[in-house]
Amino acid sequence: MTDPLPWLILLPLLWATGAFLLGPARGARLALAGTAVQLWLAFALAAKVSSAGTALHHPVGGWGAPLGIDLAADGLAALLLILTQFVALPLFLYARAYFAGKSPAFWPLAGFLLAGMNALFLSADLFNLYVTLELVGLAAVGLVAMGGGAQQLAAALRYLFATLVGSGLYLLGVALIYGVFGTVSITALTPLVTADAPPAVWFAAGLMLAGLMAKTALFPFHYWLPPAHGGAPAPVSALLSALVVKASFYLILRLWLHPFAPLTQVAAWLPALLGGAAILWGSWQAIRAERLKELVAWSTVAQLGYLFLIFPLLGADRLALHAGGMQVVAHGLAKAAMFAAVGVLIQVTGRDAVADVAGVAARLPVTLFAFGLAGITLMGLPPSGGFLAKWMLIDAALLRGRWDMVVVILAGGLLAAVYVFRVLRQAFLLPSSGERRRVERRPVATLEWTAFALAAASVLVGLRGMEILRLLEAGT
Amino acid sequence: MTSGLIFACAGVVLFAMGTAGVVLLDHLLRRILAFNLMGSGAFLVLIGLAQRDGMPDPVPQAMVLTGIVVAVAATALALALARRLFALTGGYGLPQSEAKDGND
Repeated sequence: MTDPLPWLILLPLLWATGAFLLGPARGARLALAGTAVQLWLAFALAAKVSSAGTALHHPVGGWGAPLGIDLAADGLAALLLILTQFVALPLFLYARAYFAGKSPAFWPLAGFLLAGMNALFLSADLFNLYVTLELVGLAAVGLVAMGGGAQQLAAALRYLFATLVGSGLYLLGVALIYGVFGTVSITALTPLVTADAPPAVWFAAGLMLAGLMAKTALFPFHYWLPPAHGGAPAPVSALLSALVVKASFYLILRLWLHPFAPLTQVAAWLPALLGGAAILWGSWQAIRAERLKELVAWSTVAQLGYLFLIFPLLGADRLALHAGGMQVVAHGLAKAAMFAAVGVLIQVTGRDAVADVAGVAARLPVTLFAFGLAGITLMGLPPSGGFLAKWMLIDAALLRGRWDMVVVILAGGLLAAVYVFRVLRQAFLLPSSGERRRVERRPVATLEWTAFALAAASVLVGLRGMEILRLLEAGT
Repeated sequence: MTSGLIFACAGVVLFAMGTAGVVLLDHLLRRILAFNLMGSGAFLVLIGLAQRDGMPDPVPQAMVLTGIVVAVAATALALALARRLFALTGGYGLPQSEAKDGND
């Protein structure tokens, strides 16, 4: 195992297949062991990348680009690989306790999902990225449909069509790019794409970015996200909201920074405008949501908006890039924690409405504390990772005199406080007498403490900000 | 206009028709078929544009083969979900209870 790159893709494929053959009980143990090794591999890869200072390459099967397929890892890829395995490991512990051996489909699908995501972060050519996008999309749709109810199936189908249209647009873009330049390698394309490129290239770039924005659930394309993320079982919602939407965002950022940089200058305000709209609309819907999971899902729509604010601010000072990287990490940890905590609340009270959490403060202090800590990150209070991300974003906006963006960022933080405190306030109220008589299940300690660990990590990651920013600098 | 360009233009038209179908139609089977039309359009562009001096280029053909495998897998998944939904609800449309803009 000298080279971690291929093993990060092979290991989840292996344990996913193993979990399918062995059944959920032994499969879960296999998955946990595999993910722990992947986490270690991701850290080893990050150490290698930051000491080398450039991107690492791995020719698959000894056949490198241009004939074969090259895998590549730079600082940005290494950061997302660590985040993915770091969030997945506690979530799998959570899922094992949550499903208690009754979910034959979860472990294989989760393995294929992780394999697809790791392959996406490591791919170095546009077509390979298309295949990994589809792998991630199909595995995620399978996970959404896992519950098997009509509502969940409808959400899964809506999600499937959104993701298929998104990757279809991306594929057409790749076809046009190949037709013009005769290559799909990102490194080879970077010097070829210039501002006086033929119209087909502009069209292709627009198609690819629009398709990826649909997959990231940016504001007008967000309609599929709340039912899909809000309707799935809690561990699945956490995986999807924390990680899967970040995969397509990673790809947008990658394309924006490298091959399409000369083209995207003219339209950089567009994603920021949509991102701002997403922050306001998503937060407003989260404030109005009646079901807990819907509230958290709408909050994902809002928090994804912040990621798109960085595009007009990207520049030589790299402040906006750092803010984006930090927001990806902080939101990934916080949203996983929030869905995990909400999963415990729903399991214990047996209901999904915000109004029904009344009185849980006394019975589920750890879970509620986890929810609150994750809320701190979403609101952007110090010392959380969310604070650092928003601070750098405001800094970058002020440097360019974009007061309008500062207003949106601060308003988003306030609105986040409103929907987080809506749940917390309800939790401290006394339940009505009828509620108190209802028999409730005792919370499972593993569920509570994994949610808490993720939430604590989302706050503490702010203290390790320098390491994360240094890793982002390596070869990006 | 070379034959390759004609194929590519036909591909773009097919793709646009397919996309409109996936977005606008109600019947699930029609939407799945429209998705396949969309994929075929993209493949036609890929094959049509990539001809260097009248010689076919083998790389996009390999890509299209991979793309077909992906499209078949996606179609199978969509059909399985649609069948299960039909068994549960008796209809081939998506239930509208959760409104698209979230105002349910």
